[in-house]
Amino acid sequence: MTTLQINGKPTTVDATPDTPLLWVLRDHVGLTGTKFGCGMALCGACTVHLDGVAVRSCQTPISAATGKKITTIEGVGASKVGKAVQNAWLSIGVPQCGYCQAGQIMTATALLEKTPKPSDAEIDGAMSGNLCRCGTYTRIRSAIKVAAGMKGEA
Amino acid sequence: MDMSTLFTPEASKPTGTRRRAFLKTPLVGLTLCVGLPGFGLAADEPQKYGGDGMPNGLRESPKIFVSIAPDGTVSVVVHRSDMGQGVRTSMPRIVADELEADYKRIRVLQAPGDEAKYGNQDTDGSRSTRHWFMPMRRCGAAARQMLEQAAADQWKVPVGEVEAQNHQLVHKPTGKKLGFGAVAVAASKLDVPATASLKLKDPSKFRYIGKTDTTLTDGPGIVTGKSQYGIDTRLPGMFYAVVARPPVLGGKVKRFDAAETMKVPGVVKAFAIEGVPPPSEFMPVGGVCVVAKDTWAAIQGRKALKIEWDDGTHASYDSEAFRRELQEAVSKPGGKVVRNEGDAYAALASAAKKFEADYYVPHYAHATMECPAATARIVNGACEIWAPSQSPQAARDRVAKSLNLPAEKVTVNVTLLGGGFGRKSKADFVVEAAQASKAMNGAPVKLTWTREDDLHNDYFHAVSAQHLEAGIDANGKIVAWVHRAAEPTIASIFAPDQKNLAAFELGLGLTGMPYQIPNVRIENPEAVAHTRIGWLRAVNNIQHAFAAQSFIAEVAYSVGKDHRDYLLDLLGPDRLIDPRKIEPWNHGESPERYPINTGRLRKVIEKVSQEAGWGKKLPSGQGLGLAAHYSFVSYMAAVVEVAVTPKGELVIPRVDIAVDCGPQINPDRIRSQLEGACVMGLSQAVVSEITFKNGRAEQDNFHQYEIVRMNMAPKKIVVHFIPSESYDAPLGGVGEPAVPVIAPALMNAIFGATGKRIRRLPLKDQLSSPV
Repeated sequence: MTTLQINGKPTTVDATPDTPLLWVLRDHVGLTGTKFGCGMALCGACTVHLDGVAVRSCQTPISAATGKKITTIEGVGASKVGKAVQNAWLSIGVPQCGYCQAGQIMTATALLEKTPKPSDAEIDGAMSGNLCRCGTYTRIRSAIKVAAGMKGEA
Repeated sequence: MDMSTLFTPEASKPTGTRRRAFLKTPLVGLTLCVGLPGFGLAADEPQKYGGDGMPNGLRESPKIFVSIAPDGTVSVVVHRSDMGQGVRTSMPRIVADELEADYKRIRVLQAPGDEAKYGNQDTDGSRSTRHWFMPMRRCGAAARQMLEQAAADQWKVPVGEVEAQNHQLVHKPTGKKLGFGAVAVAASKLDVPATASLKLKDPSKFRYIGKTDTTLTDGPGIVTGKSQYGIDTRLPGMFYAVVARPPVLGGKVKRFDAAETMKVPGVVKAFAIEGVPPPSEFMPVGGVCVVAKDTWAAIQGRKALKIEWDDGTHASYDSEAFRRELQEAVSKPGGKVVRNEGDAYAALASAAKKFEADYYVPHYAHATMECPAATARIVNGACEIWAPSQSPQAARDRVAKSLNLPAEKVTVNVTLLGGGFGRKSKADFVVEAAQASKAMNGAPVKLTWTREDDLHNDYFHAVSAQHLEAGIDANGKIVAWVHRAAEPTIASIFAPDQKNLAAFELGLGLTGMPYQIPNVRIENPEAVAHTRIGWLRAVNNIQHAFAAQSFIAEVAYSVGKDHRDYLLDLLGPDRLIDPRKIEPWNHGESPERYPINTGRLRKVIEKVSQEAGWGKKLPSGQGLGLAAHYSFVSYMAAVVEVAVTPKGELVIPRVDIAVDCGPQINPDRIRSQLEGACVMGLSQAVVSEITFKNGRAEQDNFHQYEIVRMNMAPKKIVVHFIPSESYDAPLGGVGEPAVPVIAPALMNAIFGATGKRIRRLPLKDQLSSPV
């Protein structure tokens, strides 16, 4: 049994310590907002925050997450920046299929927490680990600028 | 349902021996000679077009699609699948507008697979809005008139004095008002007005149709992680499964040993599942299924399997050798003649100048961000499925067939789709889930494909080799056009020994070549399919537009002409081409209502080149490239701007796309589809490729099957609409037709920037290394 701090709640799970956090969140805890996309940290769909840092949960065994604050897409709206990012995503109409957007929002929120007014290069640098097969990248850039209170271009 | 359904649904008609889209479409292609009218129908059976021509056709009764609760909440059933194109937003907005409902008080319900009830449910071919705009308008109008009648009855006034206005019924002379909910019960008891008596709104009064609004039905759920995709289904007592599938087309499990698998903590069971030998159409390919208490344990258990495969006859498939084989096949005259006007070979022989070029496009994988996944359970002889399916009725039929149940005993619930692009029209992954549940005595099982599974066992986009030759007269004008295309056919998944393109594939940008050239010969040499071939967003248009639109730019350059001017000149005067003469499939649309209109193609070329600043002076290493293409009965043109660094790195500052898709129903979702098509087209052009060795796809995951990331995406994508004169004008498709213009526009731009002509996709490192 392992106890994890997920979105501010202590949560006990029965999984082997090497089980990736992704599958514990999805299959054991029922937080399916965190998505499986590749299983190799290549696509970013599974991005969560560990103590505020964006990590790929598919490559994070739960043994590495114990004692840390885990934030998922279901909990990120509790922070001011996370909420602003979610709202910007809606106002710009970013999602198409929406599947990758949880990971995009988690990465974007971590970026803005650290770099409140990112440059275009900083946005591209932070976000290029997150794949979107629908191709919403130009709107994601715009939405990050809107969330940052910068001039967004639709 | 947690609300009273007051517009009660019609009783389902028995499914009987209904025709199926997947069968009908390719068979049309297989049995018809190009140019013959009638599409193989009996002489007395009138040809139906558009939505009417699809299996199970159209429905428009509000008793199927609309229900209103006492509090006035209007529920609209969406019977098409949302895979990112926004159909769960666009369809209810159409109904809401005609119903005079407040869109904020609309709730969206998703229909399960049941075409007898809902009409055709194939979410493919860029036709949901194209086919359903008018039926959904009539549905909303009928519901509005029923509410108005019910209010008139209650007030005992003539119905002409009652008008629905923004979720209320108003008695115009007195100003009395009733909410929709107050008369819903009475309205539901009325007959649905006959189509002829429906009063559609004047488009000047539209509140949602044609209006730009970024609101998405599923937006709030998506950004908070609450939306349910196929992979997210959870049922009490559910098991988790993965399957080890034959890596080679037609391969089988010879023997397997699961002893190590069973030692993995959490693994519950391992067993062989039945496959259907090729042509296996939408059915599974078989393999070994591992069931566990979570997905991770199932994946670990699968790794521990020892499987001996019988690879079968396709084990020698090598895509590099196949490329040479296809290129050889198109290098000399021959193959099935699929269009022939004048005498192209004689005109070539006597032309002042000749130009020829070869183009190659590889296999692509759909790589939906959500891998195929489905959940099934079997209770009391009835199977219930949750799946991200583009074709839930096909999944229902295949599951029924696999479990030997009547279709009525199978329910396929449609979740959100984490991408589709044609992959999720296939039921193979859904049937696998049903088979796994059966093996677990009906317990709920979620079966998930990993990314490796997805890339190894996709229904791949066809590889192709194309050869083009132009005969050019003394004025630089093309007088002869020879185009040879060899590519394995999608028909190969439905019938054995299919080696030529089906009519619908020829109709995807090959024989419909609309340029004014007196001598045309298009040939289709045979190609064998060594893997499952499927529809991938825009399908054969991708390679056909890449070749033709690159070629025209090359010819223009070879005669010293400006590409845009040359393209417009080649298009000739504005005219309507009868598709029956060159491209009889015509996307299933009426040749009268949907002729090929060269004037519309001209307009998008003019618009996009003007908006992109065609002809402007650019610094060295930068270029603009243009391409135009007609597909899915829409007209598209794109200009890509590139900058190539001295190291051969590509930067794309801007892409302009002009579209004429007829009336624009949900402009923001059209823009988003075109933006997305642009990025997908760039992936195909620049980085994506599936190769085969020893019959096996060589790419395992996104490090090998690359798709464009944000750092490679255009800095700006600008969409320009050609306004439509009327909402009565025929609608064009939107989801697919922007994809094919991107690769040729990019390669034309790269040529402008560097003088290097890229004829083989993807680009990869062709700019930085000797070709």
